Amino acid sequence: MSMRIGVPKEVHPNEKRVAATPENVRWLKKLGFDIVIEAGAGAAANYLDEAYRDEGAEIVTEAKAVWDAADIILKVRGPEPHPTLGIHESDLLREDQTLISFLWPAQNPDLLDKLSQRKATVIAMDSVPRISRAQKLDALSSMSNIGGYRAVIEAAANFGRFFTGQITAAGKVPPAKILIIGAGVAGLAAIGAASSMGAVVRSFDTRPEVKEQVESMGSEFLLLEFEEEGSGSGGYAKTMSPEFIQAEMELFARQAMEVDVIITTALIPGKPAPELITKEMVESMREGSVIVDMAAEQGGNCALTEPDQIVVKHGVTIIGYTDLPSRMAAQSSQLYGTNLRHLLTELCPAKDGQIDVNMEDEVIRGATVVKNGAITWPPPPPKISAAPTQKQAAPAPPVAEPEEGKKTSGYGAWIILAVGALCLYGLGQVAPPAFLSHFTVFVLSCFVGYMVIWNVTPSLHTPLISVTNAISGIIIIGALLQISSSSLVVVILAAISILIATINVFGGFFVTQRMLRMFRK
Amino acid sequence: MTEGLLTTAYIAASVLFILALGGLSNQETARRGNIFGILGMAIALTATIAGAQVTSYGIMAVCMVIGAVIGIMVASRVQMTAMPQLVAILHSFVGLAAVLVGFASYLDPESNFTGTEKTIHEVEIYLGVLIGGVTFTGSVIAFGKLSARITSKPLYLPARHWLNLGLVLLCIWLGVGFVGAESVSGGLLSLILMTLIAFAFGVHMVMAIGGADMPVVISMLNSYSGWAAAATGFMLSNDLLIVTGALVGSSGAILSYIMCTAMNRRFLAVIAGGFGSAGGVTTVEGFEDQGEVVSITAEEVGQLLKDSKQVVIVPGYGMAVAQAQHIIFDISKKLREQGVDVRFAIHPVAGRMPGHMNVLLAEAKVPYDIVLEMDEINNDFPDTGAVLVIGANDIVNPSAQTDPNSPIAGMPVLEVWNAKTVVVMKRSMATGYAGVQNPLFFKENTRMLFGDAKSSVEGILGTI
Repeated sequence: MSMRIGVPKEVHPNEKRVAATPENVRWLKKLGFDIVIEAGAGAAANYLDEAYRDEGAEIVTEAKAVWDAADIILKVRGPEPHPTLGIHESDLLREDQTLISFLWPAQNPDLLDKLSQRKATVIAMDSVPRISRAQKLDALSSMSNIGGYRAVIEAAANFGRFFTGQITAAGKVPPAKILIIGAGVAGLAAIGAASSMGAVVRSFDTRPEVKEQVESMGSEFLLLEFEEEGSGSGGYAKTMSPEFIQAEMELFARQAMEVDVIITTALIPGKPAPELITKEMVESMREGSVIVDMAAEQGGNCALTEPDQIVVKHGVTIIGYTDLPSRMAAQSSQLYGTNLRHLLTELCPAKDGQIDVNMEDEVIRGATVVKNGAITWPPPPPKISAAPTQKQAAPAPPVAEPEEGKKTSGYGAWIILAVGALCLYGLGQVAPPAFLSHFTVFVLSCFVGYMVIWNVTPSLHTPLISVTNAISGIIIIGALLQISSSSLVVVILAAISILIATINVFGGFFVTQRMLRMFRK
Repeated sequence: MTEGLLTTAYIAASVLFILALGGLSNQETARRGNIFGILGMAIALTATIAGAQVTSYGIMAVCMVIGAVIGIMVASRVQMTAMPQLVAILHSFVGLAAVLVGFASYLDPESNFTGTEKTIHEVEIYLGVLIGGVTFTGSVIAFGKLSARITSKPLYLPARHWLNLGLVLLCIWLGVGFVGAESVSGGLLSLILMTLIAFAFGVHMVMAIGGADMPVVISMLNSYSGWAAAATGFMLSNDLLIVTGALVGSSGAILSYIMCTAMNRRFLAVIAGGFGSAGGVTTVEGFEDQGEVVSITAEEVGQLLKDSKQVVIVPGYGMAVAQAQHIIFDISKKLREQGVDVRFAIHPVAGRMPGHMNVLLAEAKVPYDIVLEMDEINNDFPDTGAVLVIGANDIVNPSAQTDPNSPIAGMPVLEVWNAKTVVVMKRSMATGYAGVQNPLFFKENTRMLFGDAKSSVEGILGTI
């Protein structure tokens, strides 16, 4: 029997997103799952119950009924006290059920404990490792992307001027200057949105390698003359040294006086957000400036931020919304739902509506924070983000085969050496000295060839083949030595050999020359 | 010419050959390297001809002149796209020459070996003819496949591995008979029979190999032709032949190894032959649900390329077939004039022989410093605005990384899907040589430009 997926309505105040859209439901059905949706779950994101029903989902009016009926619960936010049922959502979770949602296990150790007591399996979308293969289920990136875009929209709405510069009959309008701190996914999305609205965008990040990405999005990258790498593992930033932070703060202080809008996105995983914009910097900003603090939920990058509020302090509007993605609920539900679908595809490789939380798989291992009641967070550290991780991933036959080969090669090399030594010994016993001297030449030449060929640049492999082809025409020498034989048969054979070997020599060298002439800088 | 001078000439030739191969380590020294090779060959030939053993100058001169004329004519006329065929047929000549020289050496009435020396000499002849025979027919078949005279689909005989094993055993048995033979005529029968078996073996080996594996076959045959020359050197006690043969043999072996790693196949399985997509073509079941492909017009592609800052062009065998390299270069030139950073990404096994794409791009005068290898460019794709994939399929297939059950699982591929937009030019939705469906086509950032590669690129060129 195939498993049931339940999608309850989100209970967090003002949360408009939903963990599955009607389109997601269609795909999930193709994976073999049955879907139960709480009535009105998608209403705030403009997805009506009718649309879900059309895709074959079952609509249930009671939240509790959804939790009871489902084997897998998909949510956006982690479990919270349910406002109408009067109990905590985690108490609705039962043994053997699987919950998939955002969870932030580092910030919510109590919740993690609570969930583990329910003996269920919990997969946290925020813990998906940042490796190439897992990009399609990286919900943090898809939410940050929307958040970054929305942050610019909020800033524009609260900023009393154009973003773009204009020269009109009524006078000249200077473009707005925007500083974006943190060039992660959200920062880059904000850069893109702001520069396409015409603003002059500057950005800063502690990781120097994002400079190119920032510039490719059309922003200036503010460089700090300071020797320190800010890259932590998995493509995230890490905490910097006090000296670096001081230099960084001076830079921000100078920028604050110049720019009209600051958007901060600086987060360090598992830690409160660093305070980057002090009270003094806010005071130094022009009247009417706007700060959007995208880190408000983690304590804020600006000292004066109030989470979930818009406040005006010292003439500066400070936006501390923590629900930016939720403000574009239709879009973010669609992307989040698709991330979930990709995760379920990974969990259900057979497409038979059964999930298998395979802890051998790096992606699934990383995201699973509770497995049948046992806390499995934090996972072992991720490897370099670009490294292919397929090798150990699956027990499939094409992969298993090379492993087998690898196993034997441990002492295989010794066996080969031993056999080689035996052969040489045998050869030395019987072979005449003349042969052995040729053999010496042969073996040494093989090694010379080995050394020389490894240096050949791959783009010249075709000329290499044709030139080796030409010089292997050296076999003509064998034929030349035979051409003057007294036997007619030998002469005929040798003559033919000379003919074809000459074609080889001339053809090979000539075509190589022709090819090499084409390579030019 | 004295024996001593002959030997020193051979030493000079050997050194020049090594320098020739060493020169290929980069483009600047490559041409000088080839001159060294020609020089070495000239010295070797002159010394041999001037030596005491050569007296029939008439026949020799006639054969050499005819051979030289044919060689130069073929080499100057061949299209760069047809390089793999040319190389294959040239390999077959070396193989055939090795067979003929082997026979001549056996029939030579002037040879007077005795005891162990005679045995060793006969074993050398036997081996030389065997390797030469396999190289000869193997290369002929490879030539046929590459020039589309023979279907490039792999041909599998039933129980082919047992068949191969049987042939090998038969060769050994014949070899024992050959070495033990009292008279020349008695041994000759064994030798001829073995030659026929070697011919059959060569045919069978290459017939079982599919078109996509041709780069490995070409380099493998290159290696075999070297070993054939080395065996001939042993048989004639000629060190120059041994050195050259060993150089060529190890060169080919290393190339095959590089190609194998690029395709994630096992080296030993290749050397043994008949290594085509093992297990045959897998079904594409479960792939129908991948989503929609989005097609695009040539004008839109032109606009997209102009609007991108970074463009990477990924050529494959389809570009060679359509002879589109010149227009591609024009496109890249125009884009570069407009300030777009255009580069080319070459997968090690793109095309039908190692380095095939590099040669084609060089022919079209693409500067080689914007032609990059897979490892050099793979990390740049995330920053790339647009990728243009021309006639390539398996080398850009993401399932090599994501689907452990895929026949190409683990094969290193160009990660084009990390770019902002990927434009794939393709004739139809057919699968590549590995017979695997390509999820790249269904990705959200992929656009398909259907049609013949040549007219498609002409269309793009017209709009930029």
